[in-house]
Amino acid sequence: MIEFSNYDILRNLMFATQWTILLSLAAFIGGTTVALTLTAMRLTRNPAMQRIVRVYVELFQGTPLLMQMFLCFFGLSMLGYEISAWGAAILSLTLFTSAFLVEIWRGCIDTLPKGQWEASRCLGLSFLQTLRHIILPQAIRVATAPTVGFSVQVIKGTALASVIGFVELTKVGTMLNNATFEPFKIFTLVALIYFMLCYPLSLYSKHLEKKFNVSR
Amino acid sequence: MSLVNLHQVHKYYGDNHVLKGIDLDIKAGEVVSIIGKSGSGKSTLLRCINGLEQYQEGGITVDGKEVTTEDIQVRRLALSVGMIFQNFNLFPHMTVGENVMLAPTIVLKKSKAEAETTARAMLEKVGLADKFDSFPEKLSGGQQQRVAIARALAMSPKVLLCDEITSALDPELVGEVLKVLEQLAKEGITLVLVTHEMNFARDVGSRVVFMHQGKVWEQGDSKTLLSNPQTDELKQFIGAVL
Ligand SMILES: Nc1ncnc2c1ncn2[C@@H]1O[C@H](COP(=O)(O)OP(=O)(O)O)[C@@H](O)[C@H]1O
Ligand SMILES: [Mg+2]
Repeated sequence: MIEFSNYDILRNLMFATQWTILLSLAAFIGGTTVALTLTAMRLTRNPAMQRIVRVYVELFQGTPLLMQMFLCFFGLSMLGYEISAWGAAILSLTLFTSAFLVEIWRGCIDTLPKGQWEASRCLGLSFLQTLRHIILPQAIRVATAPTVGFSVQVIKGTALASVIGFVELTKVGTMLNNATFEPFKIFTLVALIYFMLCYPLSLYSKHLEKKFNVSR
Repeated sequence: MSLVNLHQVHKYYGDNHVLKGIDLDIKAGEVVSIIGKSGSGKSTLLRCINGLEQYQEGGITVDGKEVTTEDIQVRRLALSVGMIFQNFNLFPHMTVGENVMLAPTIVLKKSKAEAETTARAMLEKVGLADKFDSFPEKLSGGQQQRVAIARALAMSPKVLLCDEITSALDPELVGEVLKVLEQLAKEGITLVLVTHEMNFARDVGSRVVFMHQGKVWEQGDSKTLLSNPQTDELKQFIGAVL
């Protein structure tokens, strides 16, 4: 058995943390992009589009993220699509993130008074012009705090990627534990690193929320 | 020639028959006050005229063109019909100047400089030239409503629809908004306003339309109608508000 010094443990965990951050970023960017598209679809007054978005949200909010990951990884390979653990993790986290962001943003857009849409319409603005000049600038201000807050869920969600074999923080923690049999030390460190990633984001989200409330 | 014409307009919200065959003809330069009890369909009538609401039967034309709720039609309509709302509906993330300049720049495709000249002139007209760079939330209700008027005027509408635009204001702020309206009336702008301000309707308005239960119950020259109502319903209504 190989000996692991504290330094080795920390070094390995730090290295793995990079992958956790990278996966979180990829999922967040992917999720934001998909969610933007879905939000635009929901805002059109087209019932078919709206139904698609509703089903999408129900589907990915209503099933455990772990199952989505399993399906992306094992399911797709069984169907003959080779997908890496990295690809499956990004794909499932993107689906998961976007389903929640669409709902968060829907709430933010719905808090804007209906009169903003009507005034725009009466001034002759098109749907897209209204979205771009009136609705989005206001909705973004309201949505930033809860969106940053939700990014914490994305980071914690990446831990599940360890189950399909993606080597990130949790996976490396498990591997180190198997080698050293020091679960308390290892998992305390792992938890601490997650906390250090998440806590600043929570704080920032709270700060944004306060700033927004004051400026109203 | 009539500027706004409604012919046998019927409007339903589900089973609720809200407009029951409205006939109305408004000529350029008229100042028409629509009065009536809450729920009689006054707002719905205005919203049908500018395409915000769909009507089920009859026909509405503005400046000879038929009104529908099709997006493309509403946008063309917006060039001739301006609307002022009870709660202003200014864009809170834009300055007063930007509020007024927005539609002329992106809808009428005017240059920034041209739009700004118009915006400043319109704000001058409503007495708010010095508020160009302020944000709406820094203004009083009366000032916000005057900005909304300037914003509508910047599109040089042929007719201005006003839905109880002084009802959300503190009493001491009502006068400044009415004064602007009176000025517009003098300049010959066509106004259609839903209002509870009977003095204004009588002194400034040219015609009063009394709505009751989704119908035009009685209408006529403002002074004659208000001093000599024919129907019991209008007599009662006038008695109640005065
Ligand atoms: N968006 C709506 N959906 C359903 N019913 C409505 C809506 N707007 C108005 N109504 C109904 O239409 C009737 C007329 O309303 P409205 O035109 O607002 O009257 P007024 O402006 O004269 O007070 C009322 O019975 C009201 O409940
Ligand atoms: Mg009303």
